[in-house]
This record gives sequence, structure tokens and C-alpha cells, in this order.
Amino acid sequence: MQRKSVDLWVGLFVVAGVAALMFLALKAGNMSTLSFAKTYEITAKFDNIGSLKPQAAVKASGVVVGRVSRIVFDDKSYKASVTLDMEEAYKFPKDSSAKILTSGLLGEQYIGIEAGGEETNLKAGDRIARTQSAAVLEDLINQFIYSKAAEGKDSN
Amino acid sequence: MLIRPIERLGLAVHTTAREYVEAVGLATRMFFVMLGLSPGLLRRPRLLIEQMHFIGNYSMLIITLSGLFVGMVLGLQGYYTLNKYGAEESLGLLVALGLTRELGPVITALLFAGRAGTSLTAEIGLMKAGEQLSAMEMMAVNPIQRVLAPRFWAGVVSVPVLASIFSAVGVFGGYIVGVKLIGVDEGAFWSQMQNGVDVWKDVFNGFVKSVVFGVAITFISLYQGYEAQPTPEDVAGATTRTVVVSSLMIWWLDFMLTALMFSK
Repeated sequence: MQRKSVDLWVGLFVVAGVAALMFLALKAGNMSTLSFAKTYEITAKFDNIGSLKPQAAVKASGVVVGRVSRIVFDDKSYKASVTLDMEEAYKFPKDSSAKILTSGLLGEQYIGIEAGGEETNLKAGDRIARTQSAAVLEDLINQFIYSKAAEGKDSN
Repeated sequence: MLIRPIERLGLAVHTTAREYVEAVGLATRMFFVMLGLSPGLLRRPRLLIEQMHFIGNYSMLIITLSGLFVGMVLGLQGYYTLNKYGAEESLGLLVALGLTRELGPVITALLFAGRAGTSLTAEIGLMKAGEQLSAMEMMAVNPIQRVLAPRFWAGVVSVPVLASIFSAVGVFGGYIVGVKLIGVDEGAFWSQMQNGVDVWKDVFNGFVKSVVFGVAITFISLYQGYEAQPTPEDVAGATTRTVVVSSLMIWWLDFMLTALMFSK
């Protein structure tokens, strides 16, 4: 009898722990974003990736369609080469373009894909030709200063 | 004339350093002997279950209540700070990250050292003082296998379970204060949390931390009990040493593990 009750209490203890861990994984951290869907790899080259990191989302119209898997520096073209794992379910035309965008004002950076109009689709190993780099704050400030300076010159 | 004190100082440093190094060596040997004898537990799981009941179940009340209050305090303090920047929607994220990464494993480990670690040390120290361990040896029962190994594994299993319960209850405490009492938007609270908490990077690493803490605290408690002099004075001293050494070890390990896991 004594043994049975010890078993019951230890069982409850372990079940409570597993339930807590499941709660943390599913409700606090979103396990459902972890996808085991089949993917195909495409690459895109950017002049500047800003603070993009592996595992960042690839979104089209705000929907996650893939993840950044690898970022390397290509010393032939002197650009950052970003490998994207796109979900098999989503196809994009060959002339689609990729932009590096920021979620919120100071949020994480992600890649936004805009579909093109061509009939053939991107397939594994292809490269997105048209890309737009991350907005770098220093560049924006410089542009602003130059345009102000130019305005000042015109008015003189 | 001046030589004498310097000589004495040198001797003291030499003896103390030697004692510490010897203690580390002894502890390492005991650790491996215990690991080597652990497979025998598979044949007698009853020993492990009984110890889990003693160590895990009895620590649950203090862990659950502490988790709830830590979560509530985090919710309240987090709200005051985030509110200044108009970012109170991130309260869920702050509470969940704070708990899963740091506070859950660390506070659980500290409470566990105080609640279960000391009782392990005292129990084994008293067994030694009562010559029960020597009696076992006389009966050809290895006390490391029969007494220490089940307690060690029970501690290693119980600490991560307790830390998970602590974090989950803490998130709930943050929710009660943030959403129910202060009125942060419920949808934003959960969605910001889900967006920012990574299952592998945060939840799993926090879990790994608590496993490491479990190994460290339980072993320190057992070692202190087993190596205590069989006198009432030293058994009392050993329980104090358990808390002091475990706490320092937890902070040091926490720093090392955080540097390894979360640095980019």
C-alpha cells in the first residue's frame, strides 16, 4: 500500500514536470513554427545584409514561406550570399525579387519576397537576381545631409 | 628573526592548497566510482523512485510557490519599466525569457540546494556518524552503490523537472499580474512571447542548465555528507558547506553556461 502511494506521487511529479515543459515549448515558445516541411534551396546576393541572421524568416505578403539557412561572404562578387530554405509548398516566378526588411522600428530583420510575372518558377539551386539591401541608418543620414546640402546650394 | 613567520606562512599556504587539491581528486574519484556503480540501479529502480519521492515531491511546494511569486514580481517590475517606453506588450516576452533562460534554472537550483541538498548531506552524515555505512560495508554492501547512487540520480532527474515547473508557474504568475490585474492586452502578451521565445535556444538550453545544476548540487551534497567527520559538529558544518559550495558553484556554472550557450 505504502509502495503504491509513493509510485503515484512520483508519477504525478514527473507528469507535472513534463506538462510544464510542454507548456513552455508549445505555449511560451512557439514550437509550431518549427517546420519539418520539405524545402528547396535558393540563393540571393545582397550588397549589405545589415544584421540579418541565419534562421531569420523569409516572408511573402507577411506569410512565412522559408528560412535563411546560411550567410557567407562571396569574395568573387564582394557581396553577401544568402541561402534560403524555401518551403516546397510555395513556388515563386523566376523574376521575383528579395528585399531585406525590418519588423517594427527596431525589430529583427527578415527577407521579403515579391513575386514577379514570369511563367517559369524558381527551383532548387537558382539565384534571385533582383535584390534590395538592408537600409543602413548611416547611409540614410548621409543621403539626408547631402540632399539638404544640395538644396542649400540651389537656393543660393 | 623575520624568517620564521614567512616560513610558517609558506607552510600554511602549502598545506591548505594541498588539502584542496586532494579534496578535488577524492571527489573526482568518488564521482566516477558512483557512475560506474550506477547501472546496478536499473535492476532496483525502487531505490530511485523512493529517493525521487523524498527529494522531488517534497521540494515541489516551495518551488511552485516561489515560481509563482517570482513570475508575479517580474510581471510587475517589467510592466513599470516597459511602460516608460510604451512597450508593455513585450511583458510576456520579458517574463518568459527571464524565467526560461535564467531565473527558472538558477533559483530552482538554489532552493533545491537549501531544501533537498542539506537534507541529503545531513542524512548521509548521520548515517556515517551512526556507523550505518561501515555496517553496510561489513555486510558486503557497497554504500556508494546502495546509498549514494540512487540519491544522485534522483537529484539529477528532479532538478530539471522542478525547474520546468518553476518556469511554467512563473509565466502563469506574470500573466496573472500583467494581464488580469494591470490589463496588458492578452493577445499581445502571448503572441509577443511566442514570437520571441525560441524552443531550442531558450527553453532547451534552460533545461540543459538545470540538468548541469542538478548534477553539481546533488554530488556536492552527497560528497559533503560522505566525507564529513562522524561528529555532530562536523555533520552540522557539512550541511552549511553544502549550501555555501553549491551556491557558489551554481553562480559560476551559470556564468560559464550562459557564456557558452547564448553568446553569438
